[in-house]
Amino acid sequence: MTLLFFLAAGWIFLAGVYGMVTSRNIIRTVGCLAVAQSSTYVLLLAVGFRRGGTSPYFTDTSTRTPVVDPVVQALALTDVVVGATVTALLLALALQLRKRHGTVDPDALTGLRG
Amino acid sequence: MSRRLRLALFWAAAVVFAVAFTAACTGLPDFGTLSHPYGSRAIAAAFHQRTANTISSVNFDQRAFDTLGEESILFAAVLGGLVLLRRARDERLAGVRRGRVLPSTRMFGSLLLPITLVTGVYIVAHGQLSPGGGFQGGVILATGLHLAYIAADYGVLKAIRPLAVLDAADAVGAGAFAVLGLVGLAVGAAYLQNVLPLGTFGQLSSGGLVPVINAAVGVEVGSGVVVLLAGFLDQAVEIVSPTGKDNGAGR
Repeated sequence: MTLLFFLAAGWIFLAGVYGMVTSRNIIRTVGCLAVAQSSTYVLLLAVGFRRGGTSPYFTDTSTRTPVVDPVVQALALTDVVVGATVTALLLALALQLRKRHGTVDPDALTGLRG
Repeated sequence: MSRRLRLALFWAAAVVFAVAFTAACTGLPDFGTLSHPYGSRAIAAAFHQRTANTISSVNFDQRAFDTLGEESILFAAVLGGLVLLRRARDERLAGVRRGRVLPSTRMFGSLLLPITLVTGVYIVAHGQLSPGGGFQGGVILATGLHLAYIAADYGVLKAIRPLAVLDAADAVGAGAFAVLGLVGLAVGAAYLQNVLPLGTFGQLSSGGLVPVINAAVGVEVGSGVVVLLAGFLDQAVEIVSPTGKDNGAGR
């Protein structure tokens, strides 16, 4: 039963990749990439969960309070930042694509053009 | 490759992935397990460095060198985005049209803009104590500024957005992180080692290098996001392609 939390991450990843494979619009492809990437947040946070744990900071709680794993949360933060920057870069590329080739359909981009 | 073949390939790969992933998940520690060896050690190290927010301690002290790489990715992405979004030789600038805004939206925006900016600074400054830090606070600062676009129009946003300064601030923030690491070398310790006075646990001045790096990252992320969004907004609002058609971006 507890396996379900990890499997949810795999499901989100496959849903995102399926969207990328079937996409006919590059903007939608970028969105699907973000979905596929967000599966890693779910997996990381599921791995780091501790039963009965709270958030890992001790400003207003006792230092003996049980908390969830802070290492995976730090990794998830890194993940979010990198994901956002990659999305921005890909959207800028999509904009140039629309300008130079007049299309946002990945299937219509067949030939190389100098 | 035809769409049908591509879908068939996807399903084949998906089945392999699903089986392998499920098998791998059965080998993971149980969900909600009480034993987190890395977590416990990270928390002990954070207490030793008197940083109340363990995540900040992990990101800006224990794994500071990795975060240097992460913020370099961010810097490179902003740089790449600006190169892709610059005005081409055959494009011209159209004048910015004045927007019409409901009075209630205008009041809400002008009320919320300073509050959001102060919240952003608060989140950056309290990164070592409570959830937040340079990355999160920087994004709040940048989005707060764009309330001017919602509450007024693009001309007002351009007036309160010193792009030349923010361009430089982005680079200075990114460089400051790398330079702050040299403090460790200067006193004979390792690069990015937390050698500043650690202060009192739970106080604003605690954590040594953590709040300083957080401030540098906050400046970099805040100005980087504003500069990047400026590139996108210029494309959508101001820049007109030579064909005269709508350039694909929404208005």
